[in-house]
Amino acid sequence: MIDVLNAIVALLNYVIIPATAYGSQLALGALGVTLIYGILRFSNFAHGDTMAFGTMATILITWVLQAMGVTFGVLPTALLALPFGIVITALMVLGTDRVVYSYYRRVKAKPIVLVMASIGVMFVLNGIVRLIIGPGDQRFTDGERFIFNARDFKEWSGLAEGMAFKTTQGITIVTAALVVAALFWFLNRTRTGKSMRAYSDNEDLALLSGINPERVVMITWIIVAALATIAGTLYGLDKSFKPFTYFQLLLPIFASAIVGGLGSPLGAIAGGFIIAFSEVFVTYAWKKVVTYLVPEPLEPSGLLQLLGTDYKFAVSFAILVIVLLFRPTGLFKGKSV
Amino acid sequence: MTMNWRNIGLFGLVALLIIGTGVFQSWNLALAILNMGLVSAIMALGVNMQWGYAGLFNVGIMGFIALGSLAVVVTSIPPVPEAWSAAGREMVAALLLGLAVIILAVFVYGRMAKGRKRGFTLLAILVVGFIAYRTVFDPAADKIEAINPAATGFLGGLGLPVILAWPVGGLLAAAAAWAIGKTALGLRSDYLAIATLGISEIIVAVLKNEDWLARGVKNVNGLPRPVPYEIDLQRSEGFVAWAQNWGADPVTASSIVVKLGYAGLFLVVLLILIAMSEAALRSPWGRMMRAIRDNEVAAEAMGKDVKRRHLQVFVIGSAVVGLAGAMMTTLDGQLTPASYQPLRYTFLVWVMVIVGGSGNNWGAVLGGFVIWFFWVQVEPMGQALMQFVTIGMEDGSDLKAHLLSSAAHMRLLTMGLIMLLVLRFSPRGLIPEK
Repeated sequence: MIDVLNAIVALLNYVIIPATAYGSQLALGALGVTLIYGILRFSNFAHGDTMAFGTMATILITWVLQAMGVTFGVLPTALLALPFGIVITALMVLGTDRVVYSYYRRVKAKPIVLVMASIGVMFVLNGIVRLIIGPGDQRFTDGERFIFNARDFKEWSGLAEGMAFKTTQGITIVTAALVVAALFWFLNRTRTGKSMRAYSDNEDLALLSGINPERVVMITWIIVAALATIAGTLYGLDKSFKPFTYFQLLLPIFASAIVGGLGSPLGAIAGGFIIAFSEVFVTYAWKKVVTYLVPEPLEPSGLLQLLGTDYKFAVSFAILVIVLLFRPTGLFKGKSV
Repeated sequence: MTMNWRNIGLFGLVALLIIGTGVFQSWNLALAILNMGLVSAIMALGVNMQWGYAGLFNVGIMGFIALGSLAVVVTSIPPVPEAWSAAGREMVAALLLGLAVIILAVFVYGRMAKGRKRGFTLLAILVVGFIAYRTVFDPAADKIEAINPAATGFLGGLGLPVILAWPVGGLLAAAAAWAIGKTALGLRSDYLAIATLGISEIIVAVLKNEDWLARGVKNVNGLPRPVPYEIDLQRSEGFVAWAQNWGADPVTASSIVVKLGYAGLFLVVLLILIAMSEAALRSPWGRMMRAIRDNEVAAEAMGKDVKRRHLQVFVIGSAVVGLAGAMMTTLDGQLTPASYQPLRYTFLVWVMVIVGGSGNNWGAVLGGFVIWFFWVQVEPMGQALMQFVTIGMEDGSDLKAHLLSSAAHMRLLTMGLIMLLVLRFSPRGLIPEK
């Protein structure tokens, strides 16, 4: 019986909690991709680097705040810097839209041309981020490290297996829940949100009923900038900030958005968690959990790891391929095939 | 195509740039730029087939190049007999087993009726197959990697002449392209981009982690060469006498002769490919491809199998990229998986195609040379620019140090800007399609 409890605790500690935090981050990222796809109708390859830009802005403000001696008590100072980061990113994104994308919208270019333009934007952002903050690792967490740590948990429960819950993981899950709730309230209850959904469903009909497309596009970009900055900052707090990692996040984020159905916000959230849980499930070494559960003679000799952690991208890719093969519109019926 | 004076002038300008490098910097550098320029031109040619002829957006060029590079190792390196006798048979058995599982799964999927029963059977086959595969594969890989890991630790290759690796690289890339194309073509155009981005990351991850195959990040050095070694030339009396006859230092002369040898080989390949693609573009097949690109619905209504044609051109283009990857690795003489960055291998080639002129073979070739020249030369220019910008700042200030150290990232910025500007103001490129 104790062994079963130990196994559950190990499972929570190494799989469920990290996967939930990672899933929240992916879901926020995928929401940004899916909104752009729904309103502007192209896959935004610059999204990973928008996240990197937003995180960089937040980190810089965090450093300024820290230098001024401002802290947020037990919580990381980065949360205080987040609104500033969002504003800076929103301005940057609106500028890019004005300089790059608005032209292609006006000439009604094919979606693929917009995708290529977004790759150009990705390059430029990538260069700017590396010019300003450098290509290296940045850690910017402060405040209390744990909500509870492994030792306290062991003493409290009397179990052999410890469980830790990092502050950053807690913040990630809570923030993601709040942001998603706010976003859905905005999309479903406010006039502006409804006009966005109308525009996404049927552009011509929305235009006929007097919706101003430029306003819809502007609001979309602002929301996307906020989502990207929050997702990027949470990921950076939880793990660490490195520009190249954010570029690589593009694949799991796209996989999440497509698995859920491009253009469907609910699908993006589901997709984020599906991808995150599969990645952690497949790359976790199950030896520990299984050892608790099976009788001694059956104990596994290997690590019981399905794939090395270096192949975690292969997991999102495999899921992506399966969905493309069998259900190209995604689980929640996205916009198009 | 009819070579008009403007295009000849553009190519002449590139030639001048390279000759200028030779005169003002060094002939070694000029020839190095020329050789990589030739390889880049072939890569651009391959991508141009996909984008220019058919409008397919491939963001996984890095993966196809990496497959070409892998081909050089598995074809030309001599086999490692200890590794083969230790676990070679088990490894082959494991790979065949994996293949058999996939074939069985596809077969079952095709034969059984749709429904829950098929789903569970498929799942069972895949799970059992995966466990069986890993039980055979893991010990074999461990045994192979344990054999003299500092020098070998891999199976080695077939020990064939390295030129043979070039077509093999094309074949490997074509096989990967077929699998990707089967999945993602026929869906929205963005999906192919995302799928190719994914497969290229995975191919490079495999190269980095599967040590038994090509030593992973430990690199494979000393790949065989199709041209003589500098040191052999320097030892040959005939060559030394010949070089001195020209009044040249034998060491410099030997490295120039070797580079010229590569340039000759690459030029032959490039000319053959251009001749073939020009012929293809002018043929009824080329007209059909352009018709599909310009209006898929109309082409489909005329009875053209759009998906099949797309798959065809995607496979051919990727094969050309794989061939170029094999040539590049032969030129480098080593396989270094850690150096595969999407920026350098995927997006740079894209900039070449767009700047050169998509849809036009000569444009792609020109773009390959021009962009490669600037890629090599922008770094010193960026350094000089940063020196200039920081000239007024006092020495030792943090900002100055930061700006100087980040000059390398100017490349990203410049390439991105070039791409955006060309796309916006001159989307047809330097040599537009007729």
